[in-house]
Amino acid sequence: MTLLSLSLLVWLGSLLAGMVGALTGLGGGVVVVPLLALAFHVNLRYAAGASLLSVIATSSGAAAAYVREGWSNVRLGMLLEVATTLGALAGASTAALVPTRAVAVIFGALLLLAAAGSLRRPPTGPDVAGPPDRLAGVLRLGGTYPSPTGPVAYGVRRVPGGFALMLLAGWLSGLLGVGSGALKVTAMDDVMRVPFKVSTTTSNFMIGVTAAASAGVYLARGWVEPRLAAPVVLGVLPGALLGARLLPRMRSRTLRAVFAVAVAALGWEMILRGFTRRL
Amino acid sequence: MDPRSDVRMERLIGGILRVGVAAATGLVLCGEALHLARQGGARPDFGSLGASVPGLAGMARVALEHPGRGLVELGLLVLVATPVARVAFSVLAFAVRRDWTYVVVTLVVLALLGLGLAAAPEGEARPAQPASAAAMSARTSSRSAAASRGP
Repeated sequence: MTLLSLSLLVWLGSLLAGMVGALTGLGGGVVVVPLLALAFHVNLRYAAGASLLSVIATSSGAAAAYVREGWSNVRLGMLLEVATTLGALAGASTAALVPTRAVAVIFGALLLLAAAGSLRRPPTGPDVAGPPDRLAGVLRLGGTYPSPTGPVAYGVRRVPGGFALMLLAGWLSGLLGVGSGALKVTAMDDVMRVPFKVSTTTSNFMIGVTAAASAGVYLARGWVEPRLAAPVVLGVLPGALLGARLLPRMRSRTLRAVFAVAVAALGWEMILRGFTRRL
Repeated sequence: MDPRSDVRMERLIGGILRVGVAAATGLVLCGEALHLARQGGARPDFGSLGASVPGLAGMARVALEHPGRGLVELGLLVLVATPVARVAFSVLAFAVRRDWTYVVVTLVVLALLGLGLAAAPEGEARPAQPASAAAMSARTSSRSAAASRGP
């Protein structure tokens, strides 16, 4: 295939991946890496490198909007970025030591988990802030979010647990070339009991920095191939914006089931390829 | 703490992110169009490593030969630099508010980001080999060494 036709196909695929990533809440990277590896037989390092750059673009683009609206918690995000960047550096360094086949199997397992999780995710309950951690108090992690009746204050709990999960999120991000947004939201929402929209927007705010830490290592190693990264970035970014627009109109259970099945199929295929060396 | 300064800082951060992403995608788009117009008929193999050149110095060399690809690479660097710039700005913003705890926290994040960019190129990143041998193999055959590490 010539570079021109390959670039156009990769661009179209990335557009779709960005859209599906936004609609499922998994992020573009989770979809674009298997797409590049399975459909275009791109080396997993290159796929991850291109994906990381698209992750920076979508996260920074979206974060710009949320930060301005006052939803993200900048102090909390910055503290947890210590964990995610540390994890990301470890992950990107591990990537050099782990064979691509093993990376494929880990990626596949993560996709299966994500598919199951997206079906099970219960509607978020009331934001019970409860008494904040002492550590959260010392670090002044609490914040306020905008509401029609003025700013609403909230506290942050279980800081060490959240920090540990963020290390894992960063490690996966560096190893697999994804943003690990879903895991970041879990850490803040379920563990630290931060209000859900603050969790998602702060996660978005952090993903770009996490991905930049990994991308630095990938760049230095020569794992960012500009001829692949260009169509991926140019596709995932508008795809994600489009997905975010469509999201409010697409909350049906059937659609979520369809996406979950598709993500699970991608995961299964990644695991198979990892084991049969066809990657 | 003055909540209004928080909001102002957040607005500025939002602005940095917006401008960075816009500039980066603009550069990537122009570069990609230029590169495809000139080299669209090439048939590169992305199945194994070795198609790209590691390190910033390598990237600069390729950029001189292929201006389109150089623009794409510049755009990608701007993209990576965008969150880094955001973190660097946050150091200043916390310092202005004398929030020294978070100045330190943010400096740690900034240092970790710098550490990532300073990582060794692929050929030199082999812990199993003695440093001198690894450096030599990187000098003589970094591209073939990178290719042989593919699946």
